[in-house]
Amino acid sequence: MNWNAMQAIVRKDLKVVFQNKGVSIPLIVAPVVILVAFPAIVFFAGPMLGGMAATDSGSSILGMAAGLPGLAGYDGAEMMVVYLLVYMMAGLYLLLPTIVAVGFAADSFAGEKERKTLEALLYTPTTDWELLLGKLLSAWLPALGVAWGGFLLYTVMANLAAWPVMGRLFFPTTMWVILAVWVAPAVAGLGVGAMVLISSRARTYQEAYQLGGMVAVLIVGLLVLQVSGVMVFSAWLVALLGLLFWAIDAALLWFGRRGFRRSKLATQM
Amino acid sequence: MNSDIAFVTDGLTRHFGELVAVDHLTLEVQAGEVFGFLGHNGAGKTTTVRLLNGVLDPTSGTARVLGLAPMEQGPALRRRTGVLTETPSLDERLTGRENLEIYAALYGVPRREIAARVKELMEVFQLDDRAEEKAGDYSKGMKQRLALARALIHRPELLFLDEPTSGLDPVAARLVHDMITHLSHDEDRTVFLCTHNLDEAQKLCDRVAVLEHGKLVALGTPAELASKIGRSQRLELQVARGDEETVLRLLAEAPGVSAHRENGTIVAAGAAWAAIPGLVTSLASAGVHIYRVAPQEASLEDTYFALQSEKEEMS
Repeated sequence: MNWNAMQAIVRKDLKVVFQNKGVSIPLIVAPVVILVAFPAIVFFAGPMLGGMAATDSGSSILGMAAGLPGLAGYDGAEMMVVYLLVYMMAGLYLLLPTIVAVGFAADSFAGEKERKTLEALLYTPTTDWELLLGKLLSAWLPALGVAWGGFLLYTVMANLAAWPVMGRLFFPTTMWVILAVWVAPAVAGLGVGAMVLISSRARTYQEAYQLGGMVAVLIVGLLVLQVSGVMVFSAWLVALLGLLFWAIDAALLWFGRRGFRRSKLATQM
Repeated sequence: MNSDIAFVTDGLTRHFGELVAVDHLTLEVQAGEVFGFLGHNGAGKTTTVRLLNGVLDPTSGTARVLGLAPMEQGPALRRRTGVLTETPSLDERLTGRENLEIYAALYGVPRREIAARVKELMEVFQLDDRAEEKAGDYSKGMKQRLALARALIHRPELLFLDEPTSGLDPVAARLVHDMITHLSHDEDRTVFLCTHNLDEAQKLCDRVAVLEHGKLVALGTPAELASKIGRSQRLELQVARGDEETVLRLLAEAPGVSAHRENGTIVAAGAAWAAIPGLVTSLASAGVHIYRVAPQEASLEDTYFALQSEKEEMS
């Protein structure tokens, strides 16, 4: 395996994408805004949460929250804060590596075709597998960076936002650690794996990006199930979800390796 | 495979659906030669380069390039070949230096040598003072020179150049021509030159092949090809002004010859070398005052167009 060549592909792709402000800024700024804005809302709403708990809608949320395994021992405003910052945010957090993975991976082959740089890359002495793996890593690493960087940022923001109500550090929970360390890389892998395969067949970045929306829909579905209370994230459930995503990643990689041929790409130039 | 042979193809064919892009190409190129590959757009030149580098799989036929099978041993082969693609194919958001550094790593140039090689090529191609600028800000000629530098970054034994001087100004084109001559004569590298530019092919190539709709229609040295269509394709005559009409009439009567006026001279085309003395004698016998007779050796351009018209007549 030629790791130097793959490293060069990653370096090249990251430089090219980060030079394109139209692509890189939304991909980096959006996660930061979400991870800062949501805790900020909770922070400013903190003094009202105690009163909200006494209202009809507040009590229905608390009723739902009371059944959650991680909320035993909390009451009133504390339960509301933990419910919002730990459970409501979990699905949204998974959407962030997905968005970044889809955005970067859409650019992989389709972007090269659009910029007419693919041909030179195909003439390099990389194997088909190294070329595919280099492209997968080019999108997976930034998604992983956003997932883990976002987790650290959110850890700080969630504790700051909850401090007036909780008066102590409560985040990250076990479920969130599993979510960040085990599930987020798998979700990013899912986005990247699907998108690189789509991108190798699409002619333009936009075409690939639009098709890649389907991957985001899957994660949005999880978010809806979580928020509506149909499926509630627990440490065990997210660990299982992670396993499922890793299995899909492995399948995508297997199919990708079997089906990816530079000669197919060459016919599209 | 003999080490004196750069590559050999046998019945190499590539279809794209109904289209036959390369049609039973059988060719042998010697190591160290500059080999010209001529043909109009869509003749199959670029497809041939892709087939020879293992980037595209053939529909049928075989090729051995530097002793390797392109599809089965593609990575090992591409480590030893360099390709200048028809469009420069540069990452325009990266600087000139970054473009070379990244491709040096992709071609497996040892890390400690990369900086020195990039610097050397930047100097050779007169890009050193613009090395830190984005390639997208370069002129067309600079982009082409940068792409050529990239093709040479790993010191390939066999270089494929697809229209290397297309769109270049004469100074930049001269630089590229000098580089090709230097690579072939001084460094003993094989150059496979796909070009439309017939003067360029005549000047640089040891042998040329003409490709037409994927088929090889002619192969040889430029002189050999010229001799195939008759050594005297053009005959320039300068005669007394009053005799011009007589000359045009008499030449038109000669078999296979056509004549016209061109910048105060009469130009006859299609006269075979052996027929010229007879033609001149018949003109003198008719009382024509002849001041100058100049048979012109057929150029590669004449040859190329003769082959084209031969094809048209046949079809």
